[in-house]
Amino acid sequence: MAETDLDDLRAGVRELASSFPAEYWRRCDAAREYPEEFVRALTDAGWLSVLIPEQYGGGGLGLAEASVIMEEINSTGASTSACHAQMYTMGALLRHGSDAQKRSYLPEIAAGKLRLQAFAITEPDAGSDTTRITTFARRTPEGYVVNGRKMWISRVQHSDLMLLLARTTPRDQVARRTEGLSLFLVDLRAAGSAVRAEPINTMVNHETNAVFIDDLVLPADALVGVEGQGFRHVLSGMNAERILLASESIGDARWFLDTASAYARDRVVFGKPIGDNQGVSFPLARAWADMQAASLVRDRAAELFDRGETRGTDANVAKLLASEAAWAAANAAMTTLGGYGMAAEYDVERKFRESRLYLVAPVSNNLILDHIAGHVLGLGRG
Amino acid sequence: MNIVVLVKQVPDSGSERKLDPADNTVARAAADNVINEMDEYAIEEALTIKEAQGGEVTVLTVGPDSATDAIRKALSMGADKAVHVVDDAIHGSCAVQTSAVIAAALGQMEYDLVMCGAEATDAQLSVMPALLAERLGLPQLSGARKVTIEGGTAKVERQTDGGFWALEAPLPAIISTWDTINEPRYPSFKGIMAAKKKPVETRSLADLGLDAGSVGLASATSKVLDFAGRPPKGEGVKVTDEGDGAQKFVDYLAGQKIV
Repeated sequence: MAETDLDDLRAGVRELASSFPAEYWRRCDAAREYPEEFVRALTDAGWLSVLIPEQYGGGGLGLAEASVIMEEINSTGASTSACHAQMYTMGALLRHGSDAQKRSYLPEIAAGKLRLQAFAITEPDAGSDTTRITTFARRTPEGYVVNGRKMWISRVQHSDLMLLLARTTPRDQVARRTEGLSLFLVDLRAAGSAVRAEPINTMVNHETNAVFIDDLVLPADALVGVEGQGFRHVLSGMNAERILLASESIGDARWFLDTASAYARDRVVFGKPIGDNQGVSFPLARAWADMQAASLVRDRAAELFDRGETRGTDANVAKLLASEAAWAAANAAMTTLGGYGMAAEYDVERKFRESRLYLVAPVSNNLILDHIAGHVLGLGRG
Repeated sequence: MNIVVLVKQVPDSGSERKLDPADNTVARAAADNVINEMDEYAIEEALTIKEAQGGEVTVLTVGPDSATDAIRKALSMGADKAVHVVDDAIHGSCAVQTSAVIAAALGQMEYDLVMCGAEATDAQLSVMPALLAERLGLPQLSGARKVTIEGGTAKVERQTDGGFWALEAPLPAIISTWDTINEPRYPSFKGIMAAKKKPVETRSLADLGLDAGSVGLASATSKVLDFAGRPPKGEGVKVTDEGDGAQKFVDYLAGQKIV
């Protein structure tokens, strides 16, 4: 897509996102409320279905466009964490689902009638070490029966459908530990008490849960892709997720820098704007440079993804650099605003909390460094 | 129901606006140029009527090349097509001259209704509906806060300081709308993408059969002779409260005819 078209997308989504003022986000944050109106507005205007192909009623765009959309939304001070997964979770279904699954779900997701924005992978005893999950889907004549426990599963209470990764063959019975995992599409509306979500209170306004799965009966056609190949099926989706979350961090960095720079120009202490002091301006300038670098790596990762050439490294590095740039900007903004940075009505403390999350989610930056050490530098892995 | 909505690109009323000292016209080059905010309400109303009754919404604008941004905004909201009158000779035209250009363009279009914002936020003359009504021999229903189209009749509530006037006129007619009439929609993702494929016809003065000498600064009926920036904000009035602060405050407000 040409640069001018990307500019149109930026301008369009920015106009909509800007209609939700800081007061709105402050209110949602204080009450730990799901931003229903914001998510509804983005959904109705089609912004969350841009990655779904046009034949299923979506926007038919690539990750390059989707990433600037996410960046732009967060640059207004909004937070897309309540709904970003609606954009990319369907990717596993799109790439690995059957024609029947795609035909029956994607148009409804594109129309905003079905919410697929929960993805149950991590467990209390298996975080990033995915192959150690123990949630098990036992084969029956009719389909599967699933039992297990999942942790940090976001937006379950605001989803109609949930993707679920479970073992279908125990880890000690497969040739490779990445085998024997399978991906399922769970209709939460039909699951009843077999899937129970228990909210976890966190320092950010983000609906996340411990999920208990007890004798969940799934029909055979709930399986997405090939039985036993679920781990492979979720990998490309993880790359998309990381590139999009990198974009949100870049948007956060922009917001911090805009907000802090405006404050540093206006706030006069000892007869001059505080931004004239290099102790204030240099950390902001440094964060800006970090953000530019992250943005270029993000662009490259998205471009490769759209060409079908994604490597985990590109997506991971984009996420690493972007989350660190946002965090540098967040800290510089906190320092710039001084005591006012702590005051809720200046919004910096809220965004500070929100941007901190991405240093450890959806994957810890330490694990990204470990990935680079092992996969790129040929060093031993921790 | 075919509706033509008149759209004008103006410098953003939210940022500093300047005149060009070379010829005392609006300095567009350095300005953040946007669609006239009031026009968005007219577009919204036209789209609402179209969605209920069918037909097409066409955007008509007179302005420089950069006015395509305003056109694209209107198309991304949902208008079907656009006509852009662009000609260097139009630069500096007064409202009377501009109305002749718009009337000529409308003369080449088919419409049941012409709609526009009640004013443009740059010059704030609010005369275009009247000028066009006179030139085209159409009824004008200006300053609407509510519009109802039934059969061949347009009914509006014309907003006034104390209430409203109930007006009605046969179609075709010209209606201008205030920002009290609706809440303009934001362009959707698909609206933005679709706008790129919608037809935009460009017309010159020659296409409209107009003589270049009849428009432009040289023959304008009104000209800006001089201008000055807004004076810097004064110190304001400080009232020392000696037990009578409230009275002094009220006296001040009364003196300013605020209360």
